[in-house]
Amino acid sequence: MEQDTHDHYDHEGSKLGMWLFIFTELLFFGGLFIVYGVSRYKNGIAFSMSAEELDVTIGTVNTIILLISSATIAMSISSIQMKKAKLTIALLSVTLILGIIFLINKYFEWGAKIDHGLYPGSDVLQQFGNGETLFFGLYYFMTGLHALHIIIGMIFIAVMIVKVRNGKIHADRFVQLENAGLYWHLVDIIWIFLFPLFYLIA
Amino acid sequence: MENSEEHKIVSFKTYLIILVSLICFTLLSVFVTKIDLGNISIIVALSIAAIKSLLVFSVFMHLYYDKKMYSIMVAGVILLMTLVLIITFLDYGF
Repeated sequence: MEQDTHDHYDHEGSKLGMWLFIFTELLFFGGLFIVYGVSRYKNGIAFSMSAEELDVTIGTVNTIILLISSATIAMSISSIQMKKAKLTIALLSVTLILGIIFLINKYFEWGAKIDHGLYPGSDVLQQFGNGETLFFGLYYFMTGLHALHIIIGMIFIAVMIVKVRNGKIHADRFVQLENAGLYWHLVDIIWIFLFPLFYLIA
Repeated sequence: MENSEEHKIVSFKTYLIILVSLICFTLLSVFVTKIDLGNISIIVALSIAAIKSLLVFSVFMHLYYDKKMYSIMVAGVILLMTLVLIITFLDYGF
């Protein structure tokens, strides 16, 4: 009995818990999207003008990178079910590398904006109106918060790689990997909405 | 369906088809917003984003294969967010 309670495993319960957490994340970002919506409604022209400063190409590339990484982590769950641990680790590593590439792109993107003096509280932004300040404030906050989620997701995936290698995650016990996947897909879905709202509205 | 321990293994092919369609939708949304359609292009871009998120939710996040309960809960959360959005905009003369 003691062994049983120590080794308690509830696939459905774990997954449900992860989904509940994902709902709080959705509502969290949902609130920010509402702030964005109202700000844009009140400062339509300033938002369109500011969005032209953003690089659509880098945004598109990053979108595709995240989509591919979502597919690879989804495939890693299939491969652990097929008892292919090595393939699982390879797919998770690809996901991790794509996450790093996403962040490197983000670094250069933010760097270029900051070089142009476009950052919260900068002299350049203060010469513009409230609309521009709001746009770039939301841009840095929302993409920054998203990048933070990418970093958390990458740590989550790195732990999964170690656990698959140690045999802690296998074909009969992979809910943690599934939850890591759910988290990564959530990050993907948030980006799917951030991309058109910030990059494509010029 | 009876045995909850059995988990459906989704084929790599399914994921790759979904991935290709997601990338096509992304390029489509970039292309559509390049043509100046005014406010319509925003609606189109957001509709495409909605379709993309539906694909991620249903296939990548397994809602299509999982118990109905999960889909109902996700739909509930999205409904809640939509209601809050609408109610907020009521204050801004919409």
